[in-house]
Amino acid sequence: MRFEGSADYVATEDLKLAVNAAITLRRPLLVKGEPGTGKTMLAEQVAASLGLPLLEWHVKSTTKAQQGLYEYDAVSRLRDSQLGDNRVQDIANYIVRGTLWQAFASETPVVLLIDEIDKADIEFPNDLLRELDRMEFHVYETREMVRARHRPLVFITSNNEKELPDAFLRRCFFHYIRFPDRDTLARIVEVHFPGIRKDLLREALEAFFEVRDTPGLKKKPSTSELIDWLKLLLAEDISPEVLRSKDRKTIIPPMHGALLKNEQDVHLFERLVFLARQSR
Amino acid sequence: MLIDFFLALRRHRLPVSLKEHLMLIEAVRDGVIGPDIDAFYLLARAALIKDESLYDRYDLAFAEYFKGVQALTGLDADIPLEWLRRQAELELTAEERARIEAMGGWEKLMETLRKRLEEQHERHQGGNRMIGTAGTSPFGAFGFNPEGVRIGQDASRHRRAVKVWDQREFRNLDGTAELGTRNIKVALRRLRRFAREGAADELDLEHTISGTARNAGLLDIQMRPERRNAIKVLLFLDIGGSMDDHIKLCEELFSAARSEFKRLEHFYFHNCLYEHVWKDNRRRISERTRTVDILNKYGHDHKVIFIGDATMSPYEIVQPGGSLEYANEEPGAVWLRRVLDTWPRTVWLNPEPEELWNYRQSIAMIRDIFRGRMFPTTLQGLEQAMKVLSR
Repeated sequence: MRFEGSADYVATEDLKLAVNAAITLRRPLLVKGEPGTGKTMLAEQVAASLGLPLLEWHVKSTTKAQQGLYEYDAVSRLRDSQLGDNRVQDIANYIVRGTLWQAFASETPVVLLIDEIDKADIEFPNDLLRELDRMEFHVYETREMVRARHRPLVFITSNNEKELPDAFLRRCFFHYIRFPDRDTLARIVEVHFPGIRKDLLREALEAFFEVRDTPGLKKKPSTSELIDWLKLLLAEDISPEVLRSKDRKTIIPPMHGALLKNEQDVHLFERLVFLARQSR
Repeated sequence: MLIDFFLALRRHRLPVSLKEHLMLIEAVRDGVIGPDIDAFYLLARAALIKDESLYDRYDLAFAEYFKGVQALTGLDADIPLEWLRRQAELELTAEERARIEAMGGWEKLMETLRKRLEEQHERHQGGNRMIGTAGTSPFGAFGFNPEGVRIGQDASRHRRAVKVWDQREFRNLDGTAELGTRNIKVALRRLRRFAREGAADELDLEHTISGTARNAGLLDIQMRPERRNAIKVLLFLDIGGSMDDHIKLCEELFSAARSEFKRLEHFYFHNCLYEHVWKDNRRRISERTRTVDILNKYGHDHKVIFIGDATMSPYEIVQPGGSLEYANEEPGAVWLRRVLDTWPRTVWLNPEPEELWNYRQSIAMIRDIFRGRMFPTTLQGLEQAMKVLSR
């Protein structure tokens, strides 16, 4: 099994190598990077290109590691016991499988995405050490051991909000998705808008990097903002000439609201453009 | 197998463990990569390095091991333009700054430097040795050693393009580099301490269940207060004068702190703390707050953060009447000690680079008063400061 990128997803060499290393050794791959660089998309695309089912576990600040394994539904059991249901005799009827269990129990290998692991409590990754390393866990209620039939391909994304424990990191491959350079970005746009006019793309990228290079932005526009912006440009049928200018610093690109999503950033940007105009 | 490589990484203080090394060997054995040094570079990075802020150090270590090139550390390794610019700004006097303005400003200067570097690059591609740029001309005048500027290491012996690890593209991610708001927030998060207090408005499920059980099945609802970040922070910001160079950083720190702590009070002072502080810089004369009132109002459990460059004349710290703005009855040092007595959890964050601290008498004095709890405003410094505060 090898991942070679896909028609809908542009993967750089280093990313492909990290993914393939993780696939070969069946170890989790931890992916970090600026927001909007396609961390979550990666797992979806790997699953699609390898033809494997994808299981997603989206982590929130309240998520507990246990919820990924299983949960014991005591309330329905209590209700069933009051109604005299026969199912109540077997505790296994009230064990609800979590995402990790589903991945372990699957007949075919699966891709498992643990999304935004840093959102959870600081102890969360530590609670999953054995589960991700040995791919097995113990169900206390039924005294049964769950082992993975096939070691799932685990992709973990993080936005760097919390530091992850060393013991956890040691068990993963790590890849940092950098913000794509101009050529990669052009390829990415090509994937999303096949046959986009070359001159429009060139001018738009030029303007986009100009905005991105504005010093002091709180949130730099990323790939997904660029895609949204291009969508707007195409929908409004804006011609490349509008984006072009001898001194680019003196124009505000149309629909820049799609690129800058923070009021202060918009103000800052407009102020800089205004200053550039004055100084001409 | 590859033991030397492993040891070389350890020597560069990269936290690689045996487990990770075995993982790398396993991957090589299983044929993840072919016999290709670039692929090995990437694979080893994915397997061994788990933090993008260490990528730069890894690049250095890798280059050293695979080329035997002497590792360049410290200032003369490879100075990013941004860094040069900032450093120069710090060290220039107003007069020198005016001279730069006269030459067409920073943009122009940097433009020239950039052009130089490009030329350099082309010549280097042609096979010449790479040497320090701009030995002559505008750069000599500004007090930094232009010989120190090197872009990448010397790769020309192989007559090939500069290697990935020589490009050192991750240098701005090193832990000592500048802060963004997001990074600051992450660092400040260390201070979080959750506690339950206030009105009981949240259902306490656990106690409700056990209470109901004890009540023989009759519902017994228990409530509890919501969990909140109970940390209380006072922020004292130095404003004006020599702090003008650090406005952006202070703004970032401030906005990060704002969104991170619900109970945050901020006050401004100039150079050193005296009888008065103010909350709004535009009304600094008309709406002042007495420092005594603040000392009395906020309890001992507040964490206090001073942000200032601590760069001033020593008189402003030790001499009554030493303040620049008015005749103060008591010296600044007395006020600072009072603050430290009132709030034991107090740190000073200094945006000046740490290397300069020893050369400024006033910094040493304030550091002394703060019993060494002065930290630079790098990510590492901020983390250390937060550790001290949360202790």
